[in-house]
Amino acid sequence: MSGDIILLGLAGVIASGAPIVLAAIGETLTERAGVINLSLNGTIILSAMMGFWVAVEFDSLLLGFFAGALVGALVAAIVAFSSITLKQSQVAVGFILTITCRDLAYFLGNPIMGRQGPIMFSTPIPLLRQIPIIGPLFFQQSLMTYFSMILIFLAWFWISKTRPGLMLQGIGEKPAAAFVRGANVQAMRYFYTILGGALVGLAGPLYTLSVKPGWKGTITGLDGIGWIALAITIFGGWNPIRVAFGAYLFAFLQWLGLVLQSSWTFIPSQVLQVAPFPLMILTLLLVNLGNTEWMDRLLATLPDGVRIRVKKLIRSLRSQPPAALGTPFERQ
Amino acid sequence: MKQARTRSLSILFQLGGLILAFGFVTLILLSIDANPAEAFRLIWQGAVGNSTRIASVFVVWVPLVLVTCGVLVTFTAGLWNIGIEGQITLGAIFTTGVIRLFLDTPVHPVLVIVLSILAGMVGAAIWAVLAGLLKVFGGVNEIFGGLGLNFIATALNIGLIFGAWSRPGVASMSGTEPFPEAYWLPTFQNFRFSWYSIALTVVGLVVIYFLLQGTHFGLRLKAVGKGIKSAFRLGIPTWQHMLLSFLICGLFAGLAGALQVVAVYHRLIPAISSGYGFMGLMIGMLINYQAIWVAPIALFFAALNIGGIQLPIVMKLDSTLTGVLQGSLVLFILLMQGVKQRVLGNK
Repeated sequence: MSGDIILLGLAGVIASGAPIVLAAIGETLTERAGVINLSLNGTIILSAMMGFWVAVEFDSLLLGFFAGALVGALVAAIVAFSSITLKQSQVAVGFILTITCRDLAYFLGNPIMGRQGPIMFSTPIPLLRQIPIIGPLFFQQSLMTYFSMILIFLAWFWISKTRPGLMLQGIGEKPAAAFVRGANVQAMRYFYTILGGALVGLAGPLYTLSVKPGWKGTITGLDGIGWIALAITIFGGWNPIRVAFGAYLFAFLQWLGLVLQSSWTFIPSQVLQVAPFPLMILTLLLVNLGNTEWMDRLLATLPDGVRIRVKKLIRSLRSQPPAALGTPFERQ
Repeated sequence: MKQARTRSLSILFQLGGLILAFGFVTLILLSIDANPAEAFRLIWQGAVGNSTRIASVFVVWVPLVLVTCGVLVTFTAGLWNIGIEGQITLGAIFTTGVIRLFLDTPVHPVLVIVLSILAGMVGAAIWAVLAGLLKVFGGVNEIFGGLGLNFIATALNIGLIFGAWSRPGVASMSGTEPFPEAYWLPTFQNFRFSWYSIALTVVGLVVIYFLLQGTHFGLRLKAVGKGIKSAFRLGIPTWQHMLLSFLICGLFAGLAGALQVVAVYHRLIPAISSGYGFMGLMIGMLINYQAIWVAPIALFFAALNIGGIQLPIVMKLDSTLTGVLQGSLVLFILLMQGVKQRVLGNK
């Protein structure tokens, strides 16, 4: 393969990773506040359909993305209301929503199947696009892809460098302490759940209006993406930079699968299509092994020199969730 | 007196959830200019309109009850066995494998059927325990482990249908070559409905009811589900109980998958689990994990599934509408439960 083709492929990886970045960063913000929004898979499919529908109906990409974000925010608001106000199980509500939103998308999307819709093309940035390698890689993308890249740093800066970000960490780690410091835990949890949901809702139209244009019902090929985004949030240790790395790694591996499929024809295509999922299990295994008890016991039996090195390696891989993740906050 | 009052209030709130769910679906239908009354009538007629349809409802009822029984065990242990879909699929694969193994041998078909069902149960149990092992020893949340295993099971299934077990000539989405009739579970008259399946399902229901309500094991599982740390301090071997609950759930999922092969399709098809696993999880939540309600609610869900088939034929609507109805039913009843707790104070 020549350099140009590889560069083109990698630019495609940045573009196809963009929706996963949006969804996983959105979920990261939500989970940092202590709420799990498990509805991602359904939310992405429903917002993909609604976004496409609105974009076709009004011939407007902007309105399409707006509709997607609105759907995501609405679904997240249900999660927030039922878990924060009504104190029901977040996992239960998220799971019901993920299934119901998917069915709703296939039901409502039936009449618009296969219709021609607007497509978001790339908007190269003058001057910057001419930089060798970096130009074609990062500066000849679509507007939403630029937004996804900016969002990574915005989210990172917000969480770790600003005062409200510190409060966000507080309500996810020790809500009681944050409350004493004057944080309105419930209101902030609502805010971050809905904000995160809106970002997840942008991922859907980004597929149907750009990455995989069009709505084709059950064969649109979006079923499973939301679960991958949830797994990437864990893999990324709830840190936006590492989360984005996970998303791009996933997109890269998918692209590699496509490339290999054409040259390694002896591997059935079904195997490569599901390859991300065993990979997901393996990576989760990798980042969680350090949290298991038997690992601690095993490490204790190793000689000192080896143990320190192994411990460092495991610690660098390990990811630990916000301490109050998934638990409701009660004001005493 | 007080207890009776709380109970009737509970029913009132559940009824509210039911009305909200139907109201929500009505709104959706109105928003796309479809006649809601006509749609609900079609679903009802589609489920009970004639004896073939009623028989079909029971064909769906069998796997739904079995799967729900299974997930009640994992729910009791506080586990989310989302891998149930893959477990059903593995059950069907193992069953098909064993029948294929004995097809041209002198072994009596009845023995082959029994063996194949047992193999299906074992295969699904292996898949379930795998998710359990990942959870217990790998720290991988059972939701993600199970989900990944679901996708792998689907790939394995499709790989077999289009590869090693493909039909001679053309491999297709219609599945593997159907077995000779001797290897079918006998059906009632001309319906796809088998008394053997129903009998096995009733046995499963009874087993689960007594296991969870009347045994020491059920009590210990509940303790693990309520709080793993305190259960451990009480001297309950916690991770062993978690693995065991996965194993039991797997056996039930495997039985469901096996029956889909030997009693319903008589071959392996790509969508062999038909989403019944996820529906079982929904039913489990809807009935608040009480085994006594499994049979009637599963019957209701099965009727919706079969009734929904008429929607695309008559009204050109997608049959996923019944999925939306089922989902919003579970959601609104759960929400109303939260509202009740908020209005009446604790519990």
